[in-house]
Amino acid sequence: MSAAASTQAPTRPRKLRRGPSPWVLGLVWFFALVWLVPFVGAIITSFRTFDDLNTRGFWSVPQELTVNNYVRAWGQAGVSKYLLNSFEITLPALALCMLFASMCAYGLVRFRFQLSTPIYVMFVAGLMLPFQVLLLPVFFLANKLHIYDTLWALILFHAAFQLGFCTFVLRNFMKTVPFSLFESALIDGATEWTIFRRIALPLLLPGLAALATLEFTWIFNDYLWAIVLLQSDKLKPITTGLANLRGQYISDWPLMVAGSLIATVPTLVVFFGLQRYFIDGLTVGATKG
Amino acid sequence: MAASFYQARWLVVFLGLPLLLYSVWVIYPFVRTFTLAFASYDGLSPAQWIGWQNFREMFQTEAFRLALWHNLIWILIFITVPTSAGLGLAMVLNQGVRFDRFLKIAYYLPLVLAPVVTAMVWGWIYHPQQGLVNTVIAGFLGILKAVGFNVNPEDARNIGWLGDPKLALISVIGAAVWRQVGYVMVLYLAGLKTLDAEVLEAAKVDGAEGFNLFRYMIFPMLAPVTTVVVVISIVDSLRSFDLVNVMTNGGPFNSSEVLANYMVKTAFHDYRQGYAAAVAVILFLITFVFTLIYLRQVMRQEERQS
Repeated sequence: MSAAASTQAPTRPRKLRRGPSPWVLGLVWFFALVWLVPFVGAIITSFRTFDDLNTRGFWSVPQELTVNNYVRAWGQAGVSKYLLNSFEITLPALALCMLFASMCAYGLVRFRFQLSTPIYVMFVAGLMLPFQVLLLPVFFLANKLHIYDTLWALILFHAAFQLGFCTFVLRNFMKTVPFSLFESALIDGATEWTIFRRIALPLLLPGLAALATLEFTWIFNDYLWAIVLLQSDKLKPITTGLANLRGQYISDWPLMVAGSLIATVPTLVVFFGLQRYFIDGLTVGATKG
Repeated sequence: MAASFYQARWLVVFLGLPLLLYSVWVIYPFVRTFTLAFASYDGLSPAQWIGWQNFREMFQTEAFRLALWHNLIWILIFITVPTSAGLGLAMVLNQGVRFDRFLKIAYYLPLVLAPVVTAMVWGWIYHPQQGLVNTVIAGFLGILKAVGFNVNPEDARNIGWLGDPKLALISVIGAAVWRQVGYVMVLYLAGLKTLDAEVLEAAKVDGAEGFNLFRYMIFPMLAPVTTVVVVISIVDSLRSFDLVNVMTNGGPFNSSEVLANYMVKTAFHDYRQGYAAAVAVILFLITFVFTLIYLRQVMRQEERQS
């Protein structure tokens, strides 16, 4: 705005808005590049051979570039299998959580009842819980229900725990919908379930998109619960799978870094594809809460 | 009467299953941890009620006290370093500098990585022989040597960032800060967008600018965001598990131990599940104090709306 104003009226003595000083800007650029160093270093390492790095050092001009680290990580080290498990946990958990959270949000906003606020506060408080306070009983429960060491344990737990945050966000989103919309549909003879499906859900869609990107990243990146609820190597998601590799391929950094980079691809795709939603999701608790 | 029956019926439809799921996997386990904390239990033989014994023992155990202390250091660093850096970045990037999209992405990219991946990549960065940090230091020493200083570049390879008890904790926190800065920046950028532009323009017309504009206008107006950022930073500090577990597992000699990792260790390696539950209760109580601050803000927002 100020740039447009100054081109139209070049005689104006002082712009209202001044940019940051070159020093500050230089500092911001410097640290931005420093922040990217781990990524760049990791990418370079992943394309070099172990011997080349070991004998000639990081700064040497690579003798040869290789995709062998990626091939080995994907196949022999089992990253492809781990990645598939991650999807098999994340997608059902995400779907279940989104459905239940939308239903909760609708119920909490559509009906006026005494427990409405306490339930809401319970969900908000729940999202701040340290995981350790649930750890042991959830572990016992999974055993008792005979779903320990199955993907179901992780799917159900993630869906349940993330329900708190999702309901919190969606309920606030739903509050912005004019109440009369529901009531007029009711007069037209629609049932509550139809109103939910035909009116509320479509209106929630932008909120759901923001949430889903964020929740996808969270569930996909989970490590603690995968340690606690799974044991078999064939069921491990990418996070515990990678940690496992560390024991097997001690100091084979090119392989491990390549595996780590592969593990990041799905969340990066979600992030770059739906960046705006991701940022919306991150900040929704802070500015609307 | 009919209306309330109608409502009750539909409430069961919409809230029944979700609340059941939440009760089974979140509320019940939460309550159960508190009863477990007063028992001695190894997962096999029946649990025995032992009163406050777990708590007494905990505070006499050095590993626990160290973990508590390290969490405190973690909190102090988290609410100062990434918070001020994130705020500063948001202030600069909010002014619409060139290539701001690139700059923002550079800072919040670490957030997309799984903490485990962060831990793996930083484990490599800190590696004494092959790691990036020591490689950079060695390169720097090499330059010094070339211009005539009496230094040996290979000395840099002896710095064990994660293996030295004096450096382990701060090295892990370093990786955590790398993740956190972008998060704080995003929260403040969103906060800055909600500020009333007219009020700020009026202040500028009145002659407020530069640091004064920030000090007396912008920063106070950002207070709600700052509360959230501080609470989130503290809760994240207390939740820190993945980085510690993968990078050092609390070692060497408990020098980087934190409560979250200590709890998991006592539960699944020592099989002292009553004791582990007691550690979890302490972790929860500390978190809860700060959660209350956040809840109060949420409730205030509620009252203003209704």
